[in-house]
Amino acid sequence: MIDLETPRRFAPLVAQANQVATEVFRPISRKYDLAEHEYPKELDMLAALIDGMSAGGDGAGGAGAAGVRRKADGDGSGGNRNGSNLSTVLSVIELCWGDVGLLLTMPRQGLGNSAIASVADDEQLERFAGKWAAMAITEPEAGSDSAAIRTTAVLDGDEYVLNGEKIYVTSGERAELVVVWATLDRSAGRAAIKSFVVERSNPGLKLDRLEHKLGIRASDTAAFRLEDCRVPKENLLGSPEVDTKQGFGGVMQTFDNTRPLVAAMAVGVTRACLEETRARLAEAGVEIDYARPGTAGSAAVDRFLAMEADYEAARLLTLQAAWMADNAKPNSLQASMAKAKAGRTGVDVALGCVELCGSLGLGESELLEKWARDAKILDLFEGTQQIQLLIVARQLLGKTSAELR
Amino acid sequence: MPGMSTAERSMGLGLRAITRMAGSEALDRVGLRRRVEKALFRASRDGFRTAAAAGRTFKAAGRLTGPARQRPSEAGTGLFDLEPDDEQQMLQEAVGAFAAEQVRPAASGADAACAAPPELLAQSNELGIGVLGVPEALGGVMAERSAVTGVLVAEALAHGDVGIAAAALAPGSVATALGLWGDADQQATYLPAFTGDEPPAAALTVLEPRPLFDPFALRTTARRDGDDWVLSGVKSLVPRVAEAEVFVVAASTGGGAPALFVVESKTAGLSVEAEPAMGIRAAATGRLLLEEVRLPAGAVLGEAAPDVYEACVQRARIAWCALAVGAARAVLDYVIPYVNERTAFGEPISHRQAVAFAVADVAIELEGMSLATLRAASRADQGRSFAREAALARRLCADKAARIGSDGVQLLGGHGYVKEHPVERWYRDLRSVGVMEGALLV
Repeated sequence: MIDLETPRRFAPLVAQANQVATEVFRPISRKYDLAEHEYPKELDMLAALIDGMSAGGDGAGGAGAAGVRRKADGDGSGGNRNGSNLSTVLSVIELCWGDVGLLLTMPRQGLGNSAIASVADDEQLERFAGKWAAMAITEPEAGSDSAAIRTTAVLDGDEYVLNGEKIYVTSGERAELVVVWATLDRSAGRAAIKSFVVERSNPGLKLDRLEHKLGIRASDTAAFRLEDCRVPKENLLGSPEVDTKQGFGGVMQTFDNTRPLVAAMAVGVTRACLEETRARLAEAGVEIDYARPGTAGSAAVDRFLAMEADYEAARLLTLQAAWMADNAKPNSLQASMAKAKAGRTGVDVALGCVELCGSLGLGESELLEKWARDAKILDLFEGTQQIQLLIVARQLLGKTSAELR
Repeated sequence: MPGMSTAERSMGLGLRAITRMAGSEALDRVGLRRRVEKALFRASRDGFRTAAAAGRTFKAAGRLTGPARQRPSEAGTGLFDLEPDDEQQMLQEAVGAFAAEQVRPAASGADAACAAPPELLAQSNELGIGVLGVPEALGGVMAERSAVTGVLVAEALAHGDVGIAAAALAPGSVATALGLWGDADQQATYLPAFTGDEPPAAALTVLEPRPLFDPFALRTTARRDGDDWVLSGVKSLVPRVAEAEVFVVAASTGGGAPALFVVESKTAGLSVEAEPAMGIRAAATGRLLLEEVRLPAGAVLGEAAPDVYEACVQRARIAWCALAVGAARAVLDYVIPYVNERTAFGEPISHRQAVAFAVADVAIELEGMSLATLRAASRADQGRSFAREAALARRLCADKAARIGSDGVQLLGGHGYVKEHPVERWYRDLRSVGVMEGALLV
């Protein structure tokens, strides 16, 4: 039966996440926006709580890193399922309504944790359990074209030796593990790209610098050099075979699971902007009226309605992508649609709200200007707007990446 | 028929006859179409005004002890779910096949003729499209009321053609209004005709001809005179106005929200004018003019309660969103093979990002429109408030549908501008759906 409301049994989870956002994130939002590179120590206690939420199993979403493993178990009935993908997306929306930067630097909730949860075998899962893992994909010469990475991995006895340079590693300084993408054979293309779990304490993994950014300043963004960085061969995630048929699928499948999460982050920031702006407009005597057409009221109301309509679409696309994952339906198309729509909506709405609120929107006395800076990253990482459009277009048009470049 | 001269009646019949003739394929065979269209154009330009359709006499078929209602949808499972149920899937498939095989091939002709082919309207009645909102106790086909089902059917039909869909759905919207808000007398008087062999044409009308139209600030007035209501005003873009035998008319009662009135076409003081528009032309739109139209006290629907009118406006918006989604999907389905087959500079134009990204954006916005529309409808079915969701779906569809219509033409370039391809019609239809208020209901 068609029903697009928040599932009843996730209501407590959503309320809990909202409380965390309200009581923990919002009060320290500005503090760590100003104190870039300073570790938000307030999060340690919270992380323990989130671990507890995630341990609640199916239905308890946590902040996003735990719940992206696809289970084939189901409930046996073959019926409609609302599982951890949907619950995670819902809780990420709430937490990012609080603060995206803080969510991104939540201990043990890194993208590397997502990768491990998605593709690690049971032995690895156990070995890396409870550790905070960052993800290192991008290189100075390879951004969106991640197949072009140059970091190499060479097997030497029982160890792989990694050499190369990695940038834009979220939580790279704070995490305990870094999942590094490297190629076993640069001439073999995508199929040779594998991911390796590297201990942060590994002497071959050298921290170069931390970036100074437009937004999400609470979250550290690191650059590394890998110099003869030796990792046990058991730290390779997935199969060590270079299978040209399987191609990029192995490492890329993580993205089908994480893109709805980034979309959810954008949905959360968007809602924060709209709620704040609605309150400011109300103070100015402008109420949002859903009955009258936008053209019948003030320009501000009309603008607000247009922005909220885009928000509604972005939110529902995000829930759709997660719901499909829960029900084992292929969702690569919908995941990219959600990411594209939510990413651009976040930026458009945040900038629009700043405009509507004038100097209150621009000034650091309020959080709108921060959200407008934070929002931009969500249309960039985990695949830019343009990459999402490419993925969507290729699927719709039946084109390969060689045909539609 | 008091208040109407024979001449007026025959003019009404004349317009109906032209309308009907224009819809027939026989016109093409004998090469008469252009001449008839010219006549129609002149008629509309000169403000060709006629009496409303003579119409049948509606009489209460029996006495009901109370109004019959479809029961609300089951409370639901409390789970997020995008899967239509079995009954909805069957309807979707049946209407989808009808839209593809019958409606789409007739779309161009119906657009030119400003009329939907009567045999298609008859077939859509046979599919039960007109009685989705009629309680089972009164001969309807659905025990439960479901705006979601209404959305799925309207979308599937509009994938064939928006104008024909509007023409086919218009009478059913009057039946739905009577099913939702009619009292026992009103239901007994009108609904049997809708479930009978020759259901009447009928239309619900809210829209008025002026800029910045607001359905909550109507200029059409309903004045109390003793027990009677007296209505005056002008309604715009009323589907099948010339042949409709019964109308539901929105009018301001002075204080508070406007109310809905059941008005039979033969009532004195009613006249109609052709008002062909940029889009949804197959719906044979026109103006309904009310001059001191006197109605009995029992003509008002839902005891003039404000929430009845609000729900009517919102349900209409959801219905137009559904048409927008259907037509937008038609655009997407049409441009994909086109950009793959069309070559320029030695390769398919779909190999260019400027083209491919436009296609991707159509798909993304369309998906958002569809989900927002379904959410509004499903909230209505669950008895939740849906004013916000209907407004957001409407806003989204109004903005994105027009854009999708424009992009559909743009992707075909010059070919998109000529009538050899349907995208120019969708351009017109997709602009129209964001402007319409009332007229259809889910």
